Amino acid sequence: MGTARETILARIRRATRDVPAAEKPEDVPVERGYLTEGADAREAVVDRFAEYVAEYKATVHRVDEKDLPRVIAEALERRGVEKLVIPAGLPGEWVPEGVETLRDGEDGSQLTNGDLDGSDGVLTGCSLGIAQTGTIVLDAGAGQGRRALTLVPDYHLCVVKEDQIVDLLPEAIAQLKGAVKDAGRAVTFISGPSATSDIELNRVEGVHGPRTLEVLISG
Amino acid sequence: MTLEVPDAFSPGKTPKFQELAKVSLADTQLRRNIGKAARGIREKRAVAVEELPDWQELREAGRAIKERTLRHLDHYLLQLEESVRKAGGQVHWARDAEEANRIIAGIARDHDADEVVKVKSIATDEIKLNEHLESEGIKAHETDLAELIIQLAGEESSHILVPAIHKNRAEIREIFLRGLDVEDLSDDPKDLAEAARLYLRKKFLSAKVGVSGANFGVAETGTVCVVESEGNGRMCTTLPPVLVTLMGIEKLIPTWRDFEVYMQLLPRSSTAERMNPYTSFWTGVSEGDGPQEFHLVLLDNGRTNVLADERGRQALNCIRCSACLNACPVYERTGGHAYNSVYPGPIGAILTPQLVGIGKPGPDSLPYASSLCGACYDVCPVKINIPEVLIHLRGRVVRNQQSGDGLAGTLNPENVAMQIMAKTFADPALYERSQKLARIGQWPLARSGTIHRLPGELSGWTRTRDLKPVPEKSFREWWRERKNGEG
Repeated sequence: MGTARETILARIRRATRDVPAAEKPEDVPVERGYLTEGADAREAVVDRFAEYVAEYKATVHRVDEKDLPRVIAEALERRGVEKLVIPAGLPGEWVPEGVETLRDGEDGSQLTNGDLDGSDGVLTGCSLGIAQTGTIVLDAGAGQGRRALTLVPDYHLCVVKEDQIVDLLPEAIAQLKGAVKDAGRAVTFISGPSATSDIELNRVEGVHGPRTLEVLISG
Repeated sequence: MTLEVPDAFSPGKTPKFQELAKVSLADTQLRRNIGKAARGIREKRAVAVEELPDWQELREAGRAIKERTLRHLDHYLLQLEESVRKAGGQVHWARDAEEANRIIAGIARDHDADEVVKVKSIATDEIKLNEHLESEGIKAHETDLAELIIQLAGEESSHILVPAIHKNRAEIREIFLRGLDVEDLSDDPKDLAEAARLYLRKKFLSAKVGVSGANFGVAETGTVCVVESEGNGRMCTTLPPVLVTLMGIEKLIPTWRDFEVYMQLLPRSSTAERMNPYTSFWTGVSEGDGPQEFHLVLLDNGRTNVLADERGRQALNCIRCSACLNACPVYERTGGHAYNSVYPGPIGAILTPQLVGIGKPGPDSLPYASSLCGACYDVCPVKINIPEVLIHLRGRVVRNQQSGDGLAGTLNPENVAMQIMAKTFADPALYERSQKLARIGQWPLARSGTIHRLPGELSGWTRTRDLKPVPEKSFREWWRERKNGEG
């Protein structure tokens, strides 16, 4: 008996004896007859994104880009955020004065899990938005930070630029390929705040991730 | 209520579905909860699926990609292994449950971990990882709310997706008061969730090792994906410095692009949402982000048995959405415990007997836990023809009984009856003599043109249905008389 690896591979080859030896994986037809690109106008796509994100019980605001700093400051104040986690690469003008900032990834230093747990919230950008599903995609790029930053704090304020919103899921998967395949970065799909329906199928927003998700769509 | 019986993956004989179903059917609370859940999710799912004009094309692609993968599984597994290693992860192969348990416990011991945090994974339930870790002095904390509830209650899951569906809020409150070390607690689901959040947060922040399953593993990039709702999956796969993922070898997909199909099919089929709240994709180890040590354990444990059956193989297409459970009229009434397997419902009825092998009374009874109505096939997002496989497996079970049990198999009453029937139907003279005999034999039974009850061994047939008696005159007899009369 060989190693587990050899044994399993031998079992697989024996189990698939019916597959002709000359058959290559690409010889098995895969018909991709589904939609890979949306046909709607920009404005309709952005509207749908805003509508679907809101349906997940996230708070959504449409903002003019020049008003972003003011709207961010207002949102943080409404929430009562005093200690704010800031990922590396976040546009400086987004960070309001008068808030204690906990900066992660500057000069190679990282906040501890305890720092994150003791914070009041986190402010990030994103990689993409998907209108079809109301999903925000983070890929650990600039202004988004490593995964723990948007996980441990109880409040996540996320800025999505209109031109980052795609219509259909396949468009997003295509755009993310580089971050995954070439850079090996982690990708997270966020569709509303965390939720559970485990108790008598009653939906409860917020279990382990941020219980409040606020989204600013800037155009 | 749960029976203390070993499950289908345990060695030795296990009870039949038909016996366990009687226990479940007597539990009215369970039937009410499961019925409500199944109906609710079923209706929502239909709405979510209706929204996509290309649903049938997505299903076909989902099926075809899995077929391609399974026919060339060795090729893709080797590609996955290489991709994960290149991305900084370590790959282990496990022939069976015991080997997988040994590998995972070994990793925990290497890091002096006496506890691990776990995100819900059916594969780890299949290999009974928690029990094994416990036996080595390592405590596995389930972090999914429902899994936590049933772990604290010392019970088994009754539904793939909502494992504690058989518990109501008052029962959950009692379980938490005892298990979570809290003094006061209401039975409001919000408060119950908050209690679990506080209890588990401490575990997440201190755990050295996280353990997860995998919804998908990508051969091309080495990316592993976990789909979830609560955030406990993100916690387990992000915060501990070491992550171990157990993945069945059938969870493989060839390319990153294939997510454009499965991330549309799975959430809508599963929780009837456009998208589940959180999905994590990680590729080996990312410097400075998440666990800096990643182990991927590839599990066979009977999957190659399933692969070896050309018609049963499609059971490995399954992406564990649980749509077939909610669609099934049998499951809706019995719930999951009657299937006595971590894989309940229609998919479990074809997966379990193939995974553990034909020839065990418990699993062998599962292909019969169906009316063959076909609702499961209609909702399956990867087009597994479950009724077809059920019938195929019934055939395998019978042939195995005829050949496998020696004299006992040959003399099995059903087998003997079927052999005699086969001879009778093959010989016209014998067939007619039997008809005549039956007419005499049925005389005391056929009241008012219907047989309501057959005697002895045959009574099983008439317990739930009536039987038409053999008519006074057969067509052949009538035809002969007619010809003779004319001639």
